[in-house]
Amino acid sequence: MALLEANNISIQFGGLKAVDNFNLQINDKELVGLIGPNGAGKTTVFNMLTGVYMPTEGDIALDGRSIVGKKPYEIVKMGASRTFQNIRLFKELTVLENIKIAYHHDLHYSTLSSILRLPSFWKYEKLAEEACLEFLDIFEMREYADTLAKNLPYGKQRKLEIARALATKPKILMLDEPAAGMNPQETHELMETISLIRKNFNIAILLIEHDMSLVMGICEKIVVLDYGKVIAQGTAEETKNNKDVIRVYLGE
Amino acid sequence: MNNKMLKNYAINLAVVILIFTGLMGMMATGMLNKYHQGIIIFILINVILASSLNLVTGFLGQLTLGHAGFMAVGAYASALFSVALKGQMPNLLLLIISLIIGGIAASIVGIVIGIPALRLRGDYLAIITLGFGEVIRVVINNIKITGGAQGLTGIPRIASFQSAFWIAALVILVLYRLTHSKQGRAILSIREDEVAAEAVGVRTTYYKVLGFAIAAGFAGVGGGLYAHYIAFLDPNTFGFMRSVEILVIVVLGGMGSLTGTIVAATVLTILPEALRGFSDFRMLLYSFMLIVMMLFRPQGLFGTGEFSWQTLYDRTKLVHSALRKREKRGGIDGSTGSK
Ligand SMILES: Nc1ncnc2c1ncn2[C@@H]1O[C@H](COP(=O)(O)OP(=O)(O)OP(=O)(O)O)[C@@H](O)[C@H]1O
Ligand SMILES: [Mg+2]
Repeated sequence: MALLEANNISIQFGGLKAVDNFNLQINDKELVGLIGPNGAGKTTVFNMLTGVYMPTEGDIALDGRSIVGKKPYEIVKMGASRTFQNIRLFKELTVLENIKIAYHHDLHYSTLSSILRLPSFWKYEKLAEEACLEFLDIFEMREYADTLAKNLPYGKQRKLEIARALATKPKILMLDEPAAGMNPQETHELMETISLIRKNFNIAILLIEHDMSLVMGICEKIVVLDYGKVIAQGTAEETKNNKDVIRVYLGE
Repeated sequence: MNNKMLKNYAINLAVVILIFTGLMGMMATGMLNKYHQGIIIFILINVILASSLNLVTGFLGQLTLGHAGFMAVGAYASALFSVALKGQMPNLLLLIISLIIGGIAASIVGIVIGIPALRLRGDYLAIITLGFGEVIRVVINNIKITGGAQGLTGIPRIASFQSAFWIAALVILVLYRLTHSKQGRAILSIREDEVAAEAVGVRTTYYKVLGFAIAAGFAGVGGGLYAHYIAFLDPNTFGFMRSVEILVIVVLGGMGSLTGTIVAATVLTILPEALRGFSDFRMLLYSFMLIVMMLFRPQGLFGTGEFSWQTLYDRTKLVHSALRKREKRGGIDGSTGSK
């Protein structure tokens, strides 16, 4: 059984069928690329997979359980987390606080223990502090722990958003154009971060990307979307030579 | 709890006790008369009202305009209780139970209103809470048990400077602890970016309603204190303008700064009184000062940060060492370290 399975999902915005009969299977630890030109419907697929939009047709299952109709935070709890095309950090909070917020499911204390500062509060806050700092260590960002998120350089903001998504302990991580707006140096660092994730976390990754060459190099499987429809699916080699893909990417 | 935090707690506690005994002393010696004492109690009530609103507006990031409605619910609920039971228990106990009842009543109304209202954002939320606030006032105006438009009389005057002071201190302590916990972080994340908060697993609806309920509850406590100090309730004192006054304190003090709220509540309660001499120009001057303030410091007196003695100490130390360095270097020949 696949980790994430989308079966014939479609979504309609008024007269526009933004995604039409989309199918996807991602297995444990697999790295899958989702590519396609502007407006193809990639982000919309993400929004359906993470509960932001509800598909008008079809079903999505995560670990064998349907997630259609569930709230985004419930889906996070079930093991899928994401980043956004235009970075969405908690800007006025520190890097460490950004991570702690994503980590809060492992902190088991009530509102009353916060107000009374009961032992459970201190125990779990200490745990959160240590675990989140260690987490920053993995990404070599401990030195930024007390920096406000908005003051990080662009590349580091992307990195923090990825780290924050990982702090929810997902089984699958979805990255929406993480390389958008990056210079070659930052893109290179991003690739390193992705291989770091593959090494340190045993999770699947679904990667949206504009840039074909970037995806071709690292993804085991590639899905190509155009006007809401899947036009090709397979290994990098297969998709690269697909005539529909060539047409979409290189023009007629 | 580490040493630094323990030290901060100790310093803050000492400062609070110092202020309390100082004020008590000034009242005993007559330096502060009954009129002054009244103003101080109003400051404390405004601290409670504004800091609770700050939880919703400053920390949670939701603009609401009906805070006076919750104050009214708390005021009437607690007053009705104490009117019925006065003389049957010691005054302090009666006050405490009344305030708890006022707080719980306001909190329940807060949840009932909050669940549908908090689905909306921005201007829409502001307008719907404004509407609910007015509904509460109109209802109180038109039912028998509250005394209707004639007002509610016979409330025991059992709130004093002492009780108001410690209740305000308690409210601030609870709000501080709440905002510095995982719940507080969840609340802040909603202010920062609600979509991102949901995407990292924060139950946004739950935390919004939680924040709203706690804020409404404390507004109810503030209303209860007001009722038991004034000893008379007129529904029209809990109108829209009252909500705006509370909001102005929050904005002036800084969204998300409790210490800012305390300072702003003090300034904005004293200011209209101090300007009484200017009679007609009073409100004009008051508004003018607010406009100047918003032009030059739109983030409020304290921004989103809290004042802390540690930071003040660190800063003065920094300034001192900078000054000393300059002295040492002296004169023009101050080039350092460049090879
Ligand atoms: N909430 C919405 N309401 C109406 N139309 C929408 C909505 N969200 C997306 N669309 C439309 O759906 C189509 C697909 O958009 P989507 O953002 O998924 O594209 P994309 O593949 O992510 O493109 P890009 O590479 O530019 O990010 C577009 O035509 C867009 O205008
Ligand atoms: Mg997109």
